[in-house]
Amino acid sequence: MKILPSEITSYKNYLNRRKFIKSSVATGLALGASTNLYANHSSDQNIYANQLDENDRLNSFEEITTYNNFYEFGMGKTDPSENSGNFKPKPWSISLEGLINNPQVLDLEKLLQQVTVEDRVYRLRCVEAWSMVIPWQGFPLSELIKIADPLSSAKFIQFVTVFRPEEMPGQNKRLLPWPYVEGLRMDEAMHPLTILSTGLYGHELLNQSGAPLRLVVPWKYGFKSIKSISSIRFVDKQPEATWSMLAPSEYGFYSNVNNLVDHPRWSQGTERRIGEFKRRKTLMYNGYEEEVGYLYEGMDLRKYY
Amino acid sequence: MLSTQSFKKIKPLIFLAIITPLFFWTFQFVNGSLGVNPIEKLMDNLGEMALRLIVLTLFISSLSDFKQFRFLVEARRMVGLFAFFYVTCHFLTYIILDHFLDITFIIKDILKRPFITFGFISFLLLIPLVLTSPKIMLKKLGFKIWKRIHYLIYPAAIFSSLHFYMLVRANKIEPAIYIFIILLLLLYRLIYKFILPRRVR
Repeated sequence: MKILPSEITSYKNYLNRRKFIKSSVATGLALGASTNLYANHSSDQNIYANQLDENDRLNSFEEITTYNNFYEFGMGKTDPSENSGNFKPKPWSISLEGLINNPQVLDLEKLLQQVTVEDRVYRLRCVEAWSMVIPWQGFPLSELIKIADPLSSAKFIQFVTVFRPEEMPGQNKRLLPWPYVEGLRMDEAMHPLTILSTGLYGHELLNQSGAPLRLVVPWKYGFKSIKSISSIRFVDKQPEATWSMLAPSEYGFYSNVNNLVDHPRWSQGTERRIGEFKRRKTLMYNGYEEEVGYLYEGMDLRKYY
Repeated sequence: MLSTQSFKKIKPLIFLAIITPLFFWTFQFVNGSLGVNPIEKLMDNLGEMALRLIVLTLFISSLSDFKQFRFLVEARRMVGLFAFFYVTCHFLTYIILDHFLDITFIIKDILKRPFITFGFISFLLLIPLVLTSPKIMLKKLGFKIWKRIHYLIYPAAIFSSLHFYMLVRANKIEPAIYIFIILLLLLYRLIYKFILPRRVR
């Protein structure tokens, strides 16, 4: 499978990062366990520049962290950056549940010692027809799935956002049914482009971006990439997902970026890239068709939107 | 309460108060301080301002039934024209800044998306009100016909609040409040203008 240079760290960079991560983990251990957790995110911004297509400029850290949909902190775009100050992403643990051989409550710090954090520069396309280009740091979700060791009966995965109304003011209002849930089919979850992110631009994730651990599925609308994950359930049936529960005619379970299937509220043919004046054409599967198209071969995408 | 004469003196202040937001947002837009998606923000601000002004004209109409507030009617035409002005700015932002005059797309968008259809209907309903707003038109048409035309403000208000209601993704409380206020004022109008006077007769 071919992955475009714009979408994934170049090999040279990757090797450099491996070296960098090793040395920073060593430093971290020397400094004590608490600094270890996010040590591998303190990297140089310039390394992302050569990972992009000519017409995909990276969005700035400010753009990425002040324009967010994270209703746990309010419905406005600037609410998450303004109202998330009381959220405590450390310490953090993730509960692995359901049809797996290794159900457990995993400490995030320990989990990060078992996986390799990489750079991934991805386009993010929101269902509201705006988009960004974001340099994430994270690890393939498949690595966590291997740790969980699912039974063959596990066909889907459901993700749950933490429920802490005292730290997440939006959860005190009935904006959405809480906690927020999302799901993936197992082959989507295992796909190498699907990552769990812990940072962006070399910083640990800020609270408004879904600290300390969030999903990133670049070929699906942004709301599929659930934030601040507290549990991951392996199930045999298609699980519930918040938006598609709330308005099934508007948001499907798959919610793949699809410029041909329109949303009743927004045209999905074009999008506004944050920072640009004119709209640009939306690409099928957000430009990742070559990598993920095979997952949906033979499916009626008008039915499974 | 104020006399009509003294209220006329403060009208320029109301004029300034209503037009200031436009200058402020335009300045912010050019200056880059309207957030990272300034076109969306500008469009939202203009639209909400328009809806508020539409509701304000309804309030003025209802309140000016009472003697103590009769002076308010002096400002109704100005507020109404400003409402249309903000609706037009909102619409132009959508046509020019959001879709770059892609007319075929815009027509499809208006026909296909109910919330945009409703907003557009509201815009159309306001046009006859603007055209008949000069005092000469009132004389030409006669009060009865003129009045009938101007009841269009009620469907226009309902369509514009529904436009807002359908746009919001979750927690529709705020747009629902607008709808509620508009229906309440409409109900008042129906009862006090049509039902009660007939009984008295």
